[in-house]
Amino acid sequence: MPVYRDEAIVLRVHKLGEADRIVTFLTRGNGRVRAVAKGVRRTTSRFGARLEPFSHVDIQFHVGRNLDTVTQVEALESHGPSLSSDYPRWTSGSAMLETAERMTPVEREPAQQQFLLLVGGLRALVAGEHAPSLVLDAYLLRSLAVAGWSPSFDACAKCGELGPHRAFSITGGGALCAECRLPGSASPGAETLTLLGALLSGDWAAADASDERNRREGSGLVAAFLTWHLERGLRSLPLVERS
Amino acid sequence: MYEGVVQDLIDELGRLPGIGPKGAQRIAFYILQTDLADVRRLAELLLEVKEKVHFCVECGNVAQEERCRVCLDPRRDLTAICVVEEPKDIVAIERTREFKGRYHVLGGAISPIEGVGPDDLRIRELMTRLADGTVTEVIIATDPNLEGEATATYLTRFLAPLGVAVTRLASGLPVGGDLEYADEVTLGRAFEGRRRVDRQAP
Ligand SMILES: [Zn+2]
Ligand SMILES: [Zn+2]
Repeated sequence: MPVYRDEAIVLRVHKLGEADRIVTFLTRGNGRVRAVAKGVRRTTSRFGARLEPFSHVDIQFHVGRNLDTVTQVEALESHGPSLSSDYPRWTSGSAMLETAERMTPVEREPAQQQFLLLVGGLRALVAGEHAPSLVLDAYLLRSLAVAGWSPSFDACAKCGELGPHRAFSITGGGALCAECRLPGSASPGAETLTLLGALLSGDWAAADASDERNRREGSGLVAAFLTWHLERGLRSLPLVERS
Repeated sequence: MYEGVVQDLIDELGRLPGIGPKGAQRIAFYILQTDLADVRRLAELLLEVKEKVHFCVECGNVAQEERCRVCLDPRRDLTAICVVEEPKDIVAIERTREFKGRYHVLGGAISPIEGVGPDDLRIRELMTRLADGTVTEVIIATDPNLEGEATATYLTRFLAPLGVAVTRLASGLPVGGDLEYADEVTLGRAFEGRRRVDRQAP
């Protein structure tokens, strides 16, 4: 198979030599793929603008010995310009791309759900109907869920007893009943857990109506969950501007 | 793997930007086959550049003195500052002869995914330079790629309340390219057609 075609989101670009780039993609069918794009930094390249982070592309690769080479690119959606002109959106989007990369640690292992989640998350960010910070947290929670690390915000994460519960533990998987409560559990506001549940299930009416204090507390819990599961924190997450 | 010192050289060269393992190997063997005098000259030059060349205390450009040639030049316009990512961008803009003001080197672009935030760039130094009101125009000439655009967005929001005119180089620069690869004509036109970005179009 010397040539193959796929649909992809550009996650990251690295300079290579004088004018080339190594581009990391999350593809629909082939998982995370790294490939060489030749000559894209020259001013005459037609590829350059299409191979920027956040671009959603239809792409053709040529199979190489080490890295594949990009041979054709058609733009499907270029989210980059509308994100780079709005700082909170840009930083939130950057955290999504880094998450997508970290959630697909093995190259070429198909990750269609992560791909679809990223496509949807970026669209929601660009559409601007909800606060960027909420869109980001919804994306992060669902990405964790796809990876099998879905936290519980209502029922007890250990025994399943219906909530709401007061105790909440990152290492214990979320909400915990009085019986299962672990030492060192936090007690976040009840509205914060309701907000996180709404973000995970897609109840945007409830999420949009939440107040600033709960959003902040919720973002902190989501970040703690992500860092716990990824073992190493995201570089972009502390730089996200939460308005 | 090669023996001791040869492998050390390959490893060291491989850490340079834009050089992969194969390139490092090629350069290492080129050096092995080169006359001693030439190699010595290169080695001395590397040390000399590190000892003699500094970064301008004013703008962050490379400089042989405390201040760079542009900052020391009395004919330069003190009312305009052009903000660039790297010193090499100054070289590209100077070639156009379009800009008569001074520069400010940020030291990169904001890149959350690489862990580079506003505090890692020379933004506070820029604010200090604007404090006395001499500068009336700031031209943002970050790279015409997304990180450059996002950095411009951040800077504009920061600069707009200060009352200076903030302009951004006109399009015509290819998106996704590097400023240093733009030809003089395109870059010169981009200067002429720079647009105000600190206030919304009517
Ligand atoms: Zn329980
Ligand atoms: Zn200077």
